Amino acid sequence: MELEPLAARIREHGTAGQAVRPVGGGTKLGWGGAGREGAADLTTESLNEILEHNVGDFTAVLGAGVRIADAQARFAAEGQMLALDPPLGEADGATVGGMIATGDSGPLRHRYGGVRDLVVGMTVILSDGTIAKSGGKVIKNVAGYDLAKLFAGSYGTLGLIASVSVRLHPLPGRNATAIATSEDPAKLAAAAASLAALPLEADCLDVCWDGDRGHLLVRFGAAAAQHQAESVVERMRELGLGDARAEAEDDEIWNRERALQRSRDGIVLKVSGRPTDLPAVVEAARAQRGTVVSRAALGLSWMALPADADVAAVRDALQPRPVVVLDGGTKVEDAWPAPPPGTLAVMARLKERFDPARIFRPGAYVGGI
Amino acid sequence: MDGPVTDAAPEGPARVEGAPRGAPARDLTGLVEALRRIVGERWVYTSEHELRTYESDGLLQYHVIPAAAVLPGSAEEVQAVVKACADAGVAWVARGAGSGLSGGALPIEDGVLIVVARMKRVLDIDLANQRICVEPGVTNANVSAAVGPGFFYPPDPSSQIVCSIGGNVAENSGGAHCFKYGFTTNYVTGLEVVLPDGEMVQIGGMELDHPGYDLLGAFVGSEGTLGVATKVWLRVVPSPEAVKTLVAFFDTTRHAGEAVSQIVQAGVVPGAIEMMDEKAIEASEQMANAGYPVGRGAALLVELDGAERECEARFEEVVGICEACGSDDVRVARDETERALFWKTRKAAFPAMGRISPNYFVQDGVIPRTKLPEVLERIEALGKEYGMIVANVFHAGDGNLHPLVCYDGRNEGEAERAEELSGKILDACLDAGGSITGEHGVGVDKKKHMPKMFGEPDLDAFQRLRCAFDPAGLANPGKVMPTPRLCGEVPGPYRQHPLEAAGLAERF
Repeated sequence: MELEPLAARIREHGTAGQAVRPVGGGTKLGWGGAGREGAADLTTESLNEILEHNVGDFTAVLGAGVRIADAQARFAAEGQMLALDPPLGEADGATVGGMIATGDSGPLRHRYGGVRDLVVGMTVILSDGTIAKSGGKVIKNVAGYDLAKLFAGSYGTLGLIASVSVRLHPLPGRNATAIATSEDPAKLAAAAASLAALPLEADCLDVCWDGDRGHLLVRFGAAAAQHQAESVVERMRELGLGDARAEAEDDEIWNRERALQRSRDGIVLKVSGRPTDLPAVVEAARAQRGTVVSRAALGLSWMALPADADVAAVRDALQPRPVVVLDGGTKVEDAWPAPPPGTLAVMARLKERFDPARIFRPGAYVGGI
Repeated sequence: MDGPVTDAAPEGPARVEGAPRGAPARDLTGLVEALRRIVGERWVYTSEHELRTYESDGLLQYHVIPAAAVLPGSAEEVQAVVKACADAGVAWVARGAGSGLSGGALPIEDGVLIVVARMKRVLDIDLANQRICVEPGVTNANVSAAVGPGFFYPPDPSSQIVCSIGGNVAENSGGAHCFKYGFTTNYVTGLEVVLPDGEMVQIGGMELDHPGYDLLGAFVGSEGTLGVATKVWLRVVPSPEAVKTLVAFFDTTRHAGEAVSQIVQAGVVPGAIEMMDEKAIEASEQMANAGYPVGRGAALLVELDGAERECEARFEEVVGICEACGSDDVRVARDETERALFWKTRKAAFPAMGRISPNYFVQDGVIPRTKLPEVLERIEALGKEYGMIVANVFHAGDGNLHPLVCYDGRNEGEAERAEELSGKILDACLDAGGSITGEHGVGVDKKKHMPKMFGEPDLDAFQRLRCAFDPAGLANPGKVMPTPRLCGEVPGPYRQHPLEAAGLAERF
């Protein structure tokens, strides 16, 4: 995978001051708003190699343009997975680079952490054509600064993510999910909190809300998955939830959860909250006729709302929790909440240092960065 | 020695200074007066006998007496101290408990040492949201104690009884349980930070994924070069339902390594998986008296934790794998006392080395786990070539090796040879696709090895990060980067940097 030609092209853009927008599968283009008009697409198509899959070491090195689905298929053939399972968008087109640049995640985040926790190394190309790497290929490493975390979630505004090293995990042989329902958001949140405080070692723990009822879902992936799910079902009943049951064939259940994080025509908001905020989050979504899916133990929630929803009202209701507009980012005035001024100043200085030509998606990030 | 080495980048255990000889001594009287006004007379030390306490961190081979040590008692005092240093253009180093093993908290001559050890209040515990907020001087062990027994804080460096959370944040500390649970960086959700210009900012908080660049990810593990943390929000997790621990003995490290590979390959994620070789077993047994068979080639400590039923099932599998890989001596901890003994023996390895050797160097290299057998063979060959004993203890799950190179510093030239051997061990780790440090940090000790791992463009990118936080280069200068660098202005006219004027650094 040759990086030089791409670096040369980026350097030319930098010299000319021509704004660029890194694009992978193009499944999340509206996220975080549009940025300045006239940015040229910088496609990662040429970075589509799975460079390494070190089976015995549970690591891999992936070009940014590799489709997540393709990488997962390769890992699955060896009984492994990259424990990041965000929705993959139209025709499963999402790429590794896009997922990392947006810090996107799915239900597995409950156990394995997010993009920032699973990327162990990164190679980036900066606006002056510099090709720089940080981290490495081993899962434990504190040599040098952790630039991979800085670029994860940077929405392509610091430079181009060219390739990443990731940690892999064993694919669970068997899954089972405990699921139960309630029409009372507070009861559901209390049940989720009570389960989250137990050492269950669940893979996923979600609460979702749609219309006038919600579900609590706890997924296990291990030899004893079915047994673990059944014992959680008992607890769910004790906690007053209805229709509690254990499902062994649970892939569809979780595909639905992931689908609730996206909206083709509406607006999706990501709320960085606390677990105890959950009833307020559900209430704010209901007021806008929306759905909620929440990683209940982590306090992260996604709201899918109609296109004409009042985003400002949601932000007011959840103040001071940060609310970012993902899908539909171009339909609202400001997709990003303002970080505290001191913090924003540091971010602006990082932008200046890493992208002195200011060509990487100018105006598309927090505080107009 | 490898890599560019300047006067300011000392090598070996010889006495080193924070600045090259011949640099003009600075008069810091005005600054010291300002510091006294901020924290009070009794918390500013300037006399040599007081400062001796702070001349080294856990890596005793480096020692520098700073111009002053200041012990602020609050975040506001830290901010005022940093601001006073910034105004005076004086460099500073933050220090927690001083137990680090890379010289990361080594003071600067003519600089100020900011010791946060007095700041040890637990500020908030919110178990409903699985968070605790502490000041940086709180010890690692006290975090777990504060949230126990229902919850615990997983990163557990061996020094956890004394080491501070502030130091853990600076070094991105690991520990024996990080193969399963992750490192400090995976548990810090928020920081209050005093930037090198004296500005105080909050990054992150109790919530995950605050919008904007991941400043937490950049700050944790930055070895005190981006600022000083004055408040730390940490994620804590429910204590496991069950813990099962065993020690298995093997004829060779190769056999034990094979067992590690098979355990991990089988999809088991042990809480901890630690290996000791023959020399380490021998030394540890002398100290811990655990009844370990001296003379065996390798001991493997495996700890599983988690849900009771899963733990039981997996544990039998692990025992089976150890036996299949050639262990005829698998000892299962019957109770907490025996488990504690297994761990005591493992953790005795470092101090025990002091009994069989007057001096030793500890390395912290990392390799891909599958390269374990070949790297161990190379280390053994190097030991023979140099005629020195190298004992090995390591976190086998994540391939983090701690080779202990034994030497006698009283013998002319032996320390230098031991250090050379240590460097070659790191080369072996890098050749295998690994890293020069897994958890101890670069500090002053390993900065000369950085160019072996990173090229000039990589180091340049690191410097961009540093300059965004600390354009004046006052926070822990002389650490991490192999050679001192300055920050150019972006954009703007050229201005001479104070260090440049003093002839201490050149512009890159």
